[in-house]
Amino acid sequence: MLKVICERLRQGHRTAKYPRQDPVLPERFRGLPRLEPGGCPQDCRECLSSCPYGALQVDGGRLRLDMGRCIFCGDCSAACPHEALTFSRDHRLASRTREGLLTDGDVFALAGPLDRRMKKLFGRSLKLRQVSAGGCNACEADLNVLGTLTYDLGRFGIQFVASPRHADGILVTGPVAENMKGALLETYAAIPEPKLVIASGACAIGGGPYRDSPEVNNGLGDLLPVDLYIPGCPPHPYTVLDGLLRMLGRL
Amino acid sequence: MSDSTGKIVSLKNGDSLPLETLPLLSYGEFGDRLLETCSNLGRVSAYFAYPAGDDELDLLAVLARDWQGDLVLLRTRIGNTYPSLTPRCPQLGLFEREIAEEFGAVPTGHPWFKPLRFHRVQPGRLDAWGRDPLRHPVPGEMPFYQVEGEEIHEVAVGPVHAGIIEPGHFRFQCHGEKVLHLEISRGYQHRGIEQLLTGGPHGATIHQLEAAAGDTTIGHASAYCQALESLSGVPASPRGAALRAIALELERLANHVGDLGALAGDIGYLPTASFCGRIRGDYLNLTAEICGSRFGRGLVRPGGVAFDVDPLLAAAMLQRLAAMEKDTRGAIELFFDSPSVLARIEGTGIVTPEVAEELGMVGMAARASGLTIDSRLHHPLGNREGSFAPVVIEEDGDVCARAKIRRREIYDSLEMVRKGLRNLPPGPIRCALPALAPRSLTVSLVEGWRGEVVHVALTDGRGALSRYKVVDPSFRNWGGLAMALRGEQISDFPLCNKSFNLSYCGFDL
Ligand code: SF4
Ligand code: SF4
Repeated sequence: MLKVICERLRQGHRTAKYPRQDPVLPERFRGLPRLEPGGCPQDCRECLSSCPYGALQVDGGRLRLDMGRCIFCGDCSAACPHEALTFSRDHRLASRTREGLLTDGDVFALAGPLDRRMKKLFGRSLKLRQVSAGGCNACEADLNVLGTLTYDLGRFGIQFVASPRHADGILVTGPVAENMKGALLETYAAIPEPKLVIASGACAIGGGPYRDSPEVNNGLGDLLPVDLYIPGCPPHPYTVLDGLLRMLGRL
Repeated sequence: MSDSTGKIVSLKNGDSLPLETLPLLSYGEFGDRLLETCSNLGRVSAYFAYPAGDDELDLLAVLARDWQGDLVLLRTRIGNTYPSLTPRCPQLGLFEREIAEEFGAVPTGHPWFKPLRFHRVQPGRLDAWGRDPLRHPVPGEMPFYQVEGEEIHEVAVGPVHAGIIEPGHFRFQCHGEKVLHLEISRGYQHRGIEQLLTGGPHGATIHQLEAAAGDTTIGHASAYCQALESLSGVPASPRGAALRAIALELERLANHVGDLGALAGDIGYLPTASFCGRIRGDYLNLTAEICGSRFGRGLVRPGGVAFDVDPLLAAAMLQRLAAMEKDTRGAIELFFDSPSVLARIEGTGIVTPEVAEELGMVGMAARASGLTIDSRLHHPLGNREGSFAPVVIEEDGDVCARAKIRRREIYDSLEMVRKGLRNLPPGPIRCALPALAPRSLTVSLVEGWRGEVVHVALTDGRGALSRYKVVDPSFRNWGGLAMALRGEQISDFPLCNKSFNLSYCGFDL
């Protein structure tokens, strides 16, 4: 017992000061993309052809990036000869709508809160059931991390629960493998109304790296009504936390 | 290399050879040589099929001869049915089921012939179980083992489990609390990765392999890049290779530390559980310092790596590592110092060396059962020869042994990362690769944290990938978990499960 206490004293208190203090992410972290609208010369399409997922498009002469399809590999940025496309260290990426994930270099609209009734219901206590539907386990691992001392999800009143019957919503990871579709829909059906749906990770939003495999469903798509999209492959735990807190109107 | 009869072809890890140099053996001879090699300290690393015509398939077996440091390749041709070798060589059991599920070839006399991942058979072939080849199979639809008798009951769990964890379906046949048998049905995470790779490499290929098993990003990406390097005849740059080796050990550290924490959590020993949960993150964050991603996404690339570690970063990493090592040792030693922990894990979930060998287990789970299998030792690649500390072996095969293996590997990996950071070779981090050799084959082994990751690549006449086989260590080890549970209490399942921590998506690919 004495040893435990000594070790406890030595290792100290490590819960992050978030949200009072912004997290410091590694130098090379690829967060919110920054597109310089003026940077692209006419007809330069280098970045478009470097993206295997069609996440980049040119619309009306303007470059646009779909963070729902992006896996944040950085290939496009490396391919751009004009430094018109870079990735910032900003971890805040979540959106309440699918269109909200399209960015063309201007300010990114952060996720807004739930409507008043839902916020009243879930704002102070939110129980989520997680379903992994073909995820590679990196998304799942970084969700588990939210329960550790550093993030301590519980202090925000958010908790992952074992039974869908105890849950207020479902948080889905993975591209929805054909073999998980049934179990996913059944789990959703078992959650009492009103309920929330969160798509976490590139897979759950648009199929991620496996997009267009005949064995997957390209994410939640029309399967379930999504209330919050959290991009990333996998999303950084702070990206998830930021999304959840914004949805609850707590940030 | 071939023997005097020209029938046995072998190569080293990371070598390639033209497909036409592979002799075609009769099935009888193929079987004899396979069994002979396996009874001579050889084991099956990969076994798979590829189309050889409309109705025929070529079977290719890759057998690792660890003590000779080489890999034997055996090839034969079959039609729609062939006699199963599983009764004489149990390690082949899952591989034969896999081949049947993909191509419809039925191994007659297979003792447990059932689907594995529940996907459609390749177009134009017949389903091995007579199901409608156009309809997607329903996962878990198969006859499960059943035990009959008074007071026997069945417990079924999953696919959706209680925690944040991947899906799988478990059936326990119990007598009271005692588990007589556990059958594990998987396939829920099947994403069809091997099919996606055909015709590549495509732009998405490296990303798909990085996510073959998310916690083994470096392991799978390294195996893939090694395969491409071999097929194009240009090895990774020495600095790139050294950085990969560092990243691989960081991956091992993060996962082993995390697993010890999870194990402590399941025992209810909270100090180690909470310390290790956090420290695992410290290792992930260290990887993110190199490449921006906690899981090493974007780091390993064909020809080397995409990010350098300059002296400044190396110094900073070494400093952080020193502090992390103190925390890690503190947290782990508490665990092993606690009599209540030891009482819970000693003698629990035993896999004997015989069973481990029969199942063809690999990696840390095999080493915990006394088998000396470690590709870093037996099959080192090129300039990495001799850079690996002696292999870590435990003999008890219980949860405790698997925990102790982790502890010792953690301390070894710390040393390897430190050495690696101090001795980074100069030069570029990445070489450009020319096109892949046409009509060739390569085998690429990487000792991931869970065990041996095997990639086998075959190219067509244009140098595109015509068949790409991935064998995650989980494929060989899930059977070990089922055996560990025999005769144990059902309440020991979480403990046994954590001590293996196998990958669902790595199995289901
Ligand atoms: S970072 Fe995103 S947009 Fe850029 S190439 Fe990768 S997936 Fe495409
Ligand atoms: S989004 Fe990326 S990290 Fe998450 S499950 Fe999919 S592949 Fe894995």
